[in-house]
Amino acid sequence: MNYQQIMSQRIQEVQPSGIRRFFDILEEMKDAISLGVGEPDFVTPWHIRDAGIYSLEKGRTRYTSNAGLAELRREIASYLERRFDLKYDFASQIVVTVGGSEGIDLALRCLVNPGDEVIIPVPSFVCYGPLTTMAGGTPVLLETRAEDEFRLTPELLKKAITPRTKALVLPYPNNPTGAVMERSDLEAIAEVLRGTDIMVISDEIYSELTYGMHHTSIANIPDMYERTIVINGFSKSHAMTGWRMGYVCGPKDIIKQLLKLHQFGIMSAPTVSQYAAVEAMRNGDRDIERMREEYDGRRRYLVEGLRRIGLPCFEPKGAFYVFPDIRSTGLSSDDFCERFLMEEKVAVISGTAFGPGGEGFIRCCYATSMKDIAEALTRMDNFLTNLRKKQARAAGN
Amino acid sequence: MTKLLQLLEEDCTLTHEQLAAMANMTVEEVDAAIKKYEEDKVILGYQAIVDWNTTDREDVTALIEVKVIPQREEGFDRIAERIYQYDEVEALYLMSGAFDFTVIISGRTLREVASFVSDRLAPLEGVTSTATHFILKKYKEKHLIFEKQAPGEREFIFV
Repeated sequence: MNYQQIMSQRIQEVQPSGIRRFFDILEEMKDAISLGVGEPDFVTPWHIRDAGIYSLEKGRTRYTSNAGLAELRREIASYLERRFDLKYDFASQIVVTVGGSEGIDLALRCLVNPGDEVIIPVPSFVCYGPLTTMAGGTPVLLETRAEDEFRLTPELLKKAITPRTKALVLPYPNNPTGAVMERSDLEAIAEVLRGTDIMVISDEIYSELTYGMHHTSIANIPDMYERTIVINGFSKSHAMTGWRMGYVCGPKDIIKQLLKLHQFGIMSAPTVSQYAAVEAMRNGDRDIERMREEYDGRRRYLVEGLRRIGLPCFEPKGAFYVFPDIRSTGLSSDDFCERFLMEEKVAVISGTAFGPGGEGFIRCCYATSMKDIAEALTRMDNFLTNLRKKQARAAGN
Repeated sequence: MTKLLQLLEEDCTLTHEQLAAMANMTVEEVDAAIKKYEEDKVILGYQAIVDWNTTDREDVTALIEVKVIPQREEGFDRIAERIYQYDEVEALYLMSGAFDFTVIISGRTLREVASFVSDRLAPLEGVTSTATHFILKKYKEKHLIFEKQAPGEREFIFV
C-alpha cells in the first residue's frame, strides 16, 4: 500500500522533532552528561504522590467530569488568585487537561479557521508551529533577538500582524531562552493588541520558575483578560511531568467551545493525577519555593561558569535554561552540539531546534545535579580550549 | 547568611565557587564566612555519612534512654559531660518527657555496646536507670536514604 497517498497531507508535511537521534547516541555512551532534557530532576514531592496512591486505594478509578474534578478546579481557581492575582470561575472558565500541551492544542484548534495566521515568537518550544499547522492555520514565526534578551517587542509584533492574524502565542517564561516578559513589556504588547480581535495564547507553564521577580500574566493587563487564554500546569511547578496535568483558563464563551474538543478527544484527564493535583494545589506552595531556590543556585553557577569560560549569555530570569551565545567559536549550533557530544560526551541542544533565530546559540538545561553541571562546565572548557587550539593551528598553516 | 550554612549542611563538598554562585555571594565572601564559622564553632566539623552495611565492617548502633538525678548547681550538664567524654558516644541529647538523656552508642559488636552500658554508663554516679534499644536497620539519616535507589531512569525525550 502506498501510505503516503493515503495519509493526511497536512500531517506528513509536519517535521518531526530532529533531536531524537542525539539522544539515541547519548543512551549508548558511558559517562555521558545531559543538559538536554527539559524537565525537573526532582521526583514529585511525596505528599503529592501519596495523595495519588491514596485515591487508588480508595478505588477512585472512574472518569471525572469532562472539565475535571470540581474540587480540583476550585483549588486551581484559588491558586491562580493567590499566586498571580488571576480570577477565574471554576465552573465555567477552567478545563483540566492532559498536560499543558493538550491545552495549547485545544486553544489553537478552538480559535483557528483555515488560513488563519498564528504569530509565534521564536526561539520557543517546538510544538506551537506544528500544532497550528495541524489545526489548519499558518504559523508566522517571529524572531526575537538576543539584544532584546529574547523578549517580544511591540515593534516586532506590529510588523507581523496582518488582517489574517488570529492569535499570538506568548511563551514566557521562555523555553529555550529563559527570557521573561515583565509587566512593562506586557503593557507594550497589550497596547498593540487593544482594539483588535487578536487572541493571546499565553503559555505560562514556567510561571513559578522566575528568579528575583514575580511572574505577571498578560491576562492581568487592562483589556487583556477578555482576549487571553492562559495555559498552565503542574509539570514544572510541582515536578509532575509524568502525571500529565495541565489546565486552560479563559473567557466563558471560549472555554465552552474548547471543552467540546477535550470532551470528544480525551473525555477527562487521568483521575489519579487529578487527585494528586488537588494535594499539590492545597499543600504544595512550599515545594515550589524549595525547588525554585535550588534551581536559582544552579542557574547562577551555570551562568557564571559559562561566562568564565568565554561563552557570553544574558541572565535568564525564568524557566530552567541558559541560552549561551556560541558564535565566537565559529561553529554552527548543530556542529557545536554534535562535536561537543562526540568529543566530551555532554549533550546540549542546538538553538536551531527551537526555530529560526536560534542559530548561534545552544540550550543548556540546569534541571540537573550541581555535580553534573560542574562536570559539564569543565568539559565545555576543555572542548573550547581544544577547539581554539585546532583553529589556531589551522590558521597558522 | 544562613543560606550558606544550609548549603554546606546539605553538601559540604561543594567548591567555594559553587557555594558563591548558589548563595549569591562572592568567592571572597564565602571564604571569609566559612573561616569565621569554623573559628566561632558555628560549623563544628565535616563528616561523611557511611553505610557500613555495604562494607565488611560490622557496625552496631544502640539508642539508650537514661534517667539521672540532676546535680545541684550544675543540673544536667555535669553528668552529660561525664557521658559524652566517652569515645563510644556518638550523640547525646537532653530530652523532655519520661527520661532525661538519649545516648547513641556505636560499636563494632553487640558485646562491645552491651559492655559499655553495663560497665561504663549504668554505674555512673547520678544515673538511675538505662533502657537500651538496638537499632536493627537504618533507613535514613541526615536526609539521606540508605537503601540503594535505582538509577534515575530518565527517558531522553525532547521538551
